[in-house]
Amino acid sequence: MSETALPDRTGAFQARLRKRYASERRFKALGLCAVLFSVGVLAILLVTMTMNGIGGFQRAELAVPVDFSKAELAIDPQRLNDKDAIQALELAGLPLLIDNSAEQTLGRKAADELGSEAWREAARDIIADPSLLKRKAVLNLPTSKDLASALRGDGHEELRAQARDLVAKGQLARNFDPGFLARADATDAQMVGIWGALKGSMLTMFVTLLLAFPVGVLAALYLEEYAAKNRWTEIIEVSINNLAAVPSIIFGLLGLAVFLWIFPNYRSAPLIGGMTLALMTMPVIVISGRNAIKAVPPSIRDGALAIGASPVQVVFHHVLPLALPGILTGTIIGMARALGETAPLLMIGMRAFVATPPDGFTSPATALPVQIFLWSDEIDRGFVERTSAAIIILLIFLLVMNGLAIYLRNRFEKKW
Amino acid sequence: MSPSILLLLGLGLGLAGWLAARARAWNFRRDIRNEGKGGRLAALPSYHAWYVALWIVLPVLVFAIAWSFLAPQLVTGWVLSDPAAAGLPHFGFERRAILDEAASVALGSAPGVFNPLAEGLVEPYRLAFAKVRWIGIAATLVIGFLGGASAFLRLRPEFTARTRVERTIMTVLLMASLVAILTTLGILVSLVFETIRFFGMVSPLDFLLGTHWGPDPMGNPLNPDPSRYGAIPLFWGTIYIGAIIAMFVAIPLGLMSAIFLTQYASPRWRSVLKPALEILAGVPTVVYGYFAALTVAPAIRDAAQAIGIANASSESGLAAGLVMGVMIIPFVSSMADDSIAAVPQAMRDGSLAMGATTSETIRRVLIPAALPGIVAGVMLAISRAIGETMIVVMAAGAAANLTANPLEAMTTVTFQIVAMLTGEGSFDHPATLSAFALGFVLFLVTLALNFFALRVVKRFREAYE
Repeated sequence: MSETALPDRTGAFQARLRKRYASERRFKALGLCAVLFSVGVLAILLVTMTMNGIGGFQRAELAVPVDFSKAELAIDPQRLNDKDAIQALELAGLPLLIDNSAEQTLGRKAADELGSEAWREAARDIIADPSLLKRKAVLNLPTSKDLASALRGDGHEELRAQARDLVAKGQLARNFDPGFLARADATDAQMVGIWGALKGSMLTMFVTLLLAFPVGVLAALYLEEYAAKNRWTEIIEVSINNLAAVPSIIFGLLGLAVFLWIFPNYRSAPLIGGMTLALMTMPVIVISGRNAIKAVPPSIRDGALAIGASPVQVVFHHVLPLALPGILTGTIIGMARALGETAPLLMIGMRAFVATPPDGFTSPATALPVQIFLWSDEIDRGFVERTSAAIIILLIFLLVMNGLAIYLRNRFEKKW
Repeated sequence: MSPSILLLLGLGLGLAGWLAARARAWNFRRDIRNEGKGGRLAALPSYHAWYVALWIVLPVLVFAIAWSFLAPQLVTGWVLSDPAAAGLPHFGFERRAILDEAASVALGSAPGVFNPLAEGLVEPYRLAFAKVRWIGIAATLVIGFLGGASAFLRLRPEFTARTRVERTIMTVLLMASLVAILTTLGILVSLVFETIRFFGMVSPLDFLLGTHWGPDPMGNPLNPDPSRYGAIPLFWGTIYIGAIIAMFVAIPLGLMSAIFLTQYASPRWRSVLKPALEILAGVPTVVYGYFAALTVAPAIRDAAQAIGIANASSESGLAAGLVMGVMIIPFVSSMADDSIAAVPQAMRDGSLAMGATTSETIRRVLIPAALPGIVAGVMLAISRAIGETMIVVMAAGAAANLTANPLEAMTTVTFQIVAMLTGEGSFDHPATLSAFALGFVLFLVTLALNFFALRVVKRFREAYE
């Protein structure tokens, strides 16, 4: 029993085996490299955006000491609560006061590099805190874009020297700019904000959800629970599967040719954008909804039918509530895709320059991804940072939505 | 005057009808009990309630939609019949502008008029708007009341309200699923209609076979130069970027990722790497486009200059194609994942039992068996890549070069659709209409790719079931 008959392991055999094992290891390493490449690109993308984007949440500001108590702006404090308080402050001579104060402390040349809209920021500060009018205060006001780029290290040597000088004196600095989240588009990178586009995106998404969710869920219920197997059903299924794969820009052409033909006055309105994106999102909701409905075991339906429920009651009282978490997961993923969609919105004119946040579903608006596209076209270096900052915000929104979908899936998904 | 007021009114009426009908059904039930002869309602009270509510809300809904189209026409008609409208220019842009101005003042959305002609029209507009508003509200009330009353009078203890309500629900469900067909038809009609108009100006042969693309949106629309509408360079650019460069990246990397994740990775690795791939799939295309234009394209240009290619362009087909390939990796990976998982375990076990290593099993057994599914996945990936817009718009450039040099600027079908439709061109110009013809070609190609891919996948699945 001591001798076990081993197969003949000749030298040639051993060599072949070694070669085969080596090739096995190479293959595995190749696979790992492929995955790591994707992860690496993702990391580079995120790092690039973050590095550029951090600057986008800041802007170059001059510290301007203003003595309001001495200047005595001719304005009634009551007027500050009015809608046109900014105009009232302009009439009262605020722009001149700011300019003079800047000249006194910073010198004429630096005062010229104050942004042309700087006094508006001062006006907003005063409206937010009327007690400023009675004291001396140091206001941080945006610089012109030339000085901002000089601070970044671009532009004329003369201006760069001036910027270095001002920085050394502590009068020029890049400060966190909370207004970026509150303003709308502008021509000057120093003055742009993301709120206008974000609000446009939200309005658009609301319309999309309102249209695509009910239609998608009802269509999924019909196809999965009631539809007879006939030619019509087959046509519906084929068209849904094809719609899910049609390039998004084609939906933009549809929106342009059909929706804007019916509503010619609502060009670049969130209403039309939402309708266009709803057509795109609906197939996604139908397909994921059908999978969720299919996952509800037949015993539930049989049980309900056995105690006398009608087919409609079976579906709406039993199947739909059980399938809802799955349907919601699919809906959120579809909405996340719609939120990042740009091309169809370009087609229906949501690329216009909109300097105020939209105040309704029918007023001209732009959307977050379109805003990113528009800013990416700008030559000014300042816009590169702003674009990356906008991308960070868009990615955060998408991450939250996808996280919510994953949470819903893990929390409510049942294995039957 | 918005239809939402009418809809709210209809919903209010519907709620009233719902409550009234439910109360009536409760009364029926009480009466039956008091008589004590047995028997019961044919439907639950809530179904009686829904029956009446539907009879109120649905007619109001139909009316509100019709009215929102009819009302503006009525308003314009009334205003034009006013003597103050006699002085208007007879037609054209100016007339439209004056009317719009007066209307917006009458609605209170503009503070005052600039044009003296519009001044006299403000009051007629205001009257017409008021008239339309009150007619709309009155008609809504009448329609809602008539619908509700006729339904309410039909309620009886033996009335089968549930069947009727359920029949309506089934109709609504059917209509919801018909939206998909309507959308497909809408796409076809809008593309075909404009494409036919385009082919009326430029012959299809010139379009499909010409090799020079350079429409002039400012040129005379009645006499376009057909030699500037040759789309071959666009088709070539699309195929070169989407189906060649991008696939060179996406197919090997996607396939190897799928193999590693399904066959080699431990569950722990998989739980980290798979979500990372999913994030890659969830990044919006505009972000990829920006990444391509900001980081990848300059890097490629610098690299090309470093190895001595002096005229490398900063917008290149290579940058767009590479980034597009990265975007497609998760898609190819998940398709390959599915088809490898569909290969029966017995085949894998058989191969391993014969002494093959894992990689030999994968290469000689799993991949040949999964090949139809993988090919279908690649077709779907190509259809997605050629329809991709933002990456090429931001990174590939606008010049329609018919070249095989990946470092040159190149343009695609989707880029030209965007370029033609976001300009200032009029809707009757062949340059604008050419976008629809390009869209039609794109639609047909992606449709064909998807159709064949889905068929292959289906047949492949059946083969192993």
